[in-house]
Amino acid sequence: MWKFLLPFAAFVALVVLFAFGLNPNRDIHALPSPLIGKPAPQFALANVIDPSSVVSNSALKGQVYVLNVWGTWCVECRAEHEVLLEISRQHAVPIIGIDWSIDHKPDERDKAKQWLARLGNPYTQVAFDQDGRTVIDWGVYAAPETFLVDAQGKVIFKFISPMTQEVWEKEFLPRIAAAGKGA
Amino acid sequence: MSCGSRANLLAVTLIFSASGAFAEAPLPAPAVDAHGQLTDPALEMRFERIAKELRCLVCQNESIADSNADLAGDLRRQVREMLVAGKSDETIFKFMTDRYGEFVRFAPPLEAKTLLIWGAPFIMLILGGAIIFRIVRQRSRMPIDE
Repeated sequence: MWKFLLPFAAFVALVVLFAFGLNPNRDIHALPSPLIGKPAPQFALANVIDPSSVVSNSALKGQVYVLNVWGTWCVECRAEHEVLLEISRQHAVPIIGIDWSIDHKPDERDKAKQWLARLGNPYTQVAFDQDGRTVIDWGVYAAPETFLVDAQGKVIFKFISPMTQEVWEKEFLPRIAAAGKGA
Repeated sequence: MSCGSRANLLAVTLIFSASGAFAEAPLPAPAVDAHGQLTDPALEMRFERIAKELRCLVCQNESIADSNADLAGDLRRQVREMLVAGKSDETIFKFMTDRYGEFVRFAPPLEAKTLLIWGAPFIMLILGGAIIFRIVRQRSRMPIDE
């Protein structure tokens, strides 16, 4: 009896393990963010477009907003740019951009300005993170990463990888609607 | 800065400081030398240990001590700054896990949800031992045929 049951049980256990482990829809590099449900990390950074003004998320309290971390060095950010432009035309929520100078070079700001002038600017405001500290506070490890913050200033969702129309409609819009009702 | 080049840099630092190239450095010892290493050897040792214990999330299989990624450099800077500020190892690890999750640590703490990770080797050992025991016992009962 055991002779047959044990291998069979082992087989079932393997099938279950593989069903989880080899699921093609699961991104093995995507990590759950410990920030979900926590207050959004505060930042006050220079504005990419106008260096004399400051972009801070404390001014956004009471508003649902999207925060997108990108950089001109980031190929996948180029890939999602059209989608962000399309989203910005819907005027659903403010889109705050954080331009990440990954190598701490100040010229990233000029590159970002050129990028936005050439390709269009989907952002309500773009902050310039030259020393990478705000990026660390948000637990970002690769660009692009997109966060959703509710009206209470809590992070409610994080999406790693280039934004797509599908992700926006399936993951972001329902949460924005729910957050709007709760406020 | 990779792990290999760090060792090289240390050698270069020693040669240079021996040749007096750093004689113009300001007298009150800065917390970090020209190569970004902590001047206090005790702190540098703690730094090395913590940096080896933290995963570089860009490459995921390297520690931030070994990784060339820009983000790993930023995280090393963060750890050094916190050490200089007198923060405890506990506080530094918490800073990292608060932002990047438990995955940032190579050795996850022993708690309910990590029980399987820590227990798996022992379960495997007992299971394997039991199987071998059975096989050996069965074979020892078999008649020896020439």
